[in-house]
Amino acid sequence: MSVRDALNTALAEEMDKDDDVFIMGEEVAQYNGAYKVTRGLLDRFGERRVIDTPITEMGFTGICVGAALAGLKPVCEFMTFNFAMQSIDQIINSGAKTYYMSGGTQVCNVTFRGPNGAAAGVGAQHSQDYSAWYGSIPGLKVVSPYSSEDCKGLLKAAIRDPNVTIFLENEMLYNETFPMSEEAMSTDFVIPFGQAKIERPGSDITIVAHSRNVEFSLKAAEILKEKYNVEAEVINLRTIKPLDVPSIVKSVKKTNRLVSVESGFPAFGVGSEICAQIMESEAFDALDAPVERVTGAEVPTPYAKELEDFAFPTPEIIVRACKKALYMEE
Amino acid sequence: MNVLIRLTKSTLAYPGAEKSLITPQLVFNDPTTLPVISTFRILSPTGALVDNNHSLTITSEKIVDLYKHMVTLHTLDTIMYDAQRQGRLSFYMTSSGEEAVSVASGAILEKHDQIFAQYREQGAFLARGLSVQDIMNQLYANSNDHGKGRNMPIHHVNKAINLHPISSPLATQIPHAVGAAYALKLTKPNQACSICYVGEGACSEGDFHAGLNIAATRECPVIFFVRNNGYAISTASKEQYKGDGIASRGPGYGIVTIRIDGNDLLAVYEATKAARDLAVKENRPVLIEAMTYRRSHHSTSDDSFAYRSKHEVDAWKRHDNPISRIRKYMQRPDINIWSDELEEKFRKATKKDILKCLQIAERTKKPPLSEIFTDVYFDNGGKELQPHLKEQKEELDEILAQYRSWYHLEDYKA
Repeated sequence: MSVRDALNTALAEEMDKDDDVFIMGEEVAQYNGAYKVTRGLLDRFGERRVIDTPITEMGFTGICVGAALAGLKPVCEFMTFNFAMQSIDQIINSGAKTYYMSGGTQVCNVTFRGPNGAAAGVGAQHSQDYSAWYGSIPGLKVVSPYSSEDCKGLLKAAIRDPNVTIFLENEMLYNETFPMSEEAMSTDFVIPFGQAKIERPGSDITIVAHSRNVEFSLKAAEILKEKYNVEAEVINLRTIKPLDVPSIVKSVKKTNRLVSVESGFPAFGVGSEICAQIMESEAFDALDAPVERVTGAEVPTPYAKELEDFAFPTPEIIVRACKKALYMEE
Repeated sequence: MNVLIRLTKSTLAYPGAEKSLITPQLVFNDPTTLPVISTFRILSPTGALVDNNHSLTITSEKIVDLYKHMVTLHTLDTIMYDAQRQGRLSFYMTSSGEEAVSVASGAILEKHDQIFAQYREQGAFLARGLSVQDIMNQLYANSNDHGKGRNMPIHHVNKAINLHPISSPLATQIPHAVGAAYALKLTKPNQACSICYVGEGACSEGDFHAGLNIAATRECPVIFFVRNNGYAISTASKEQYKGDGIASRGPGYGIVTIRIDGNDLLAVYEATKAARDLAVKENRPVLIEAMTYRRSHHSTSDDSFAYRSKHEVDAWKRHDNPISRIRKYMQRPDINIWSDELEEKFRKATKKDILKCLQIAERTKKPPLSEIFTDVYFDNGGKELQPHLKEQKEELDEILAQYRSWYHLEDYKA
C-alpha cells in the first residue's frame, strides 16, 4: 500500500467512525488535495465535512481551532507545512495553549497535517523541516511517520487524540509502497504515540531517524553491513513529541554508539535534543564515542538540483558519520 | 450618467462577478463619493427617543437590569483601577464610556451561544451571568479562578457561559468564532450562534479578513461585534483605516452590516438581538460596528493624555455618557422606572458588595502548585501527566520538601 493510500484510508475510516471528524484545507475537496491524499472523500462524506477554503492559512487554521473548541474534531490540511508559517500563531498561541489556559475545560482536538521538509526542486520557501519548531511547544504532539503502516496507524491515533497534533508527512514518500500487516489493515489499527520502532536490529551502532531519513538510514545500514560488516540498529522515531527517549537509551546501552539523522537545520534541531537527552540519561556512560549528528545544511534550501543534493543527508553521508562514531579510518 | 448595456445571452459571464453589467464609461469607483453609512440610534443623549413610534422589544425590567449591570461595571472599574494603582493587582482594563456596548450585546445571548471576546467585555460577562466574585477571582488569579490562575487579569474564561479563553494576540478570536459557528451550524442547527468581539484596531489584522471571508463563504451563524471606540492604544481610528469605518467592509465580504450608536443601550440591545435572529435563523454572519468612545486609558499600563487631550475625554464624559443617557430615559416622568433614591441605594450597595468580593478574592488561597503541570495535555480524561511533566513535578516537590521554610506554601491551596 502506498503512503498516500494509507493516509487516505486512515482519514476515510476515522470520518466513517466519527461524525465529528471533518477535513478542511485548500483544494482538499473538488481537487482531492494538492497531493491527492483526500481523494474520494468529498464524494463519500459531502461538502459539509470535506471543505475547500479560501486561500488563507491563518483563517482556516483559526477556524479549525474554533470548531475544535466547540467540540468538533477537525483535520486541517496544509498544502505544505511551509505555508503553516502564516498561521503558526493560531497553532501555538491558540491551539496548543487553550486547554491549559482554560483551566482544563476547553479541549482542542485538531490534527494539522500535510507535507513537511524538503521535496525536490522547490527552493528555499518550500523545503523546510518543522519538527524541531513544533517539538519545542508544550501542549502539542508531533508525529513524523515513515512507512504506510506508520501513516495509517499514527494518523488514526492523531485524529482520536484529544490534543492538538502536528502530523508531518513527506511528499517524497507519498508514492512509495510498503507491505501492510493484516493487523494494520484493520479499521481498529492505531499506533500509540511516543513509541519508536526498531526497523532493523543491530549491535554495533544506533542510527536514530524519522520520516524519509529512516529510508536513507536503512540503506546506510546495508552499506555498513556489506562493506564493513557493521551491524547498525535503525530506530524510526515515529513521534517527535513525545520523544521515545527510553528506546534510544536502551539501544545505545547495547551498541555504545549513536548517530542521529534528520533533514532539519542543525541548530536547535531534533538531533540536538537527542544529544542532550542522551547526555542527561544513563546512556551517557555507555557511549564509546561522541554522538554524531547528520542534518540538513544550515542554508536556505537552494533550487538547482546540483546544489540541493548537497544540502540534505544521503546514505553515504550517514555511513561516513557512522564510521566516525566507530573510529573507522577512511 | 452611466450607459449600462445588459449582457446578452451570447456573452459569457465572468465567474468572479457574474452579475456585473458592461459599461463603455471609464469610471473609477471613488469611495469618497459614496454615502457615509448611517448610525442606528433609538435613544438620543438627552434621553428622548429619536423616533417616538419605535417599537421596542426590551422590557422595562430588562432596562433596569441592564442599567444595574452598567453601574456595577463602572463601579468595579473605578475600584479596580485604584486597586491596581495601589499595587494590589498587576494589570487592569476599564470599560469607561463603553458600558452600553458590552452589557447590552451580551444580554441578548442565549444558552448555547459561544463568546469569543477581546478584552473589554466584562459588561457582557456580567450580563451573561458571571458574578462580580467570579471576575474578582480571575483578577486575583486565586484558586477559585476558572482559568486556575494561569492568565493575566481581564483574560477571563468560563465554561458555564461558553466564554472561551481571551487571546492576547489580537484578532485570533475572529477565526475561532467562525469555526465555532460552523460547529454550531452542524451540531445545533438554527439554535445558536457565536459572537466575536473585536476592536476597530484589531480589524487591521489579517485574521479579520480571513474570518469574515470564510464566515461569508461557509454561511456561518456568527455576529462580528466591532467596538469602534476611536483608539487602539494610542493610534486614533483615523490612522487605522482610510475607508468609512469598519462597517463599510462588510458588504465587500457579502455580509449584512449595521452601524449603531454604541452609547445607546437600547440601540445596542435591539440591533444585536436582530442580528442574532438573522445569524441563527438564516445561517448568516452579521457585522455590527458599534460607535463609542474609550474614555479610559487603554489599560493601567497606558497614559492616554500623552496622545489626546483631557478636554476631549471630559467632553465625552459630560455630553455622551452611556450610563447617564439611559438613566435620563428611565427617570423621565412618562417612563418612571428609576429614581434618585433607587440610584443612591443601588450605588452604595454595589460598592459595598464589590469591595467585599475584592477582599474575599484577595484572601482566597492561590491555586495549588501541582496545577502548574496539569492540563498541558488532555490524556486519559486529563488525569494522566506525561512522563516529562511528572518528572518536573517530582523535582519541584523535592525542592519544596527540602526548602519548605523558604516558600510561603501556606498561601497556596493544598
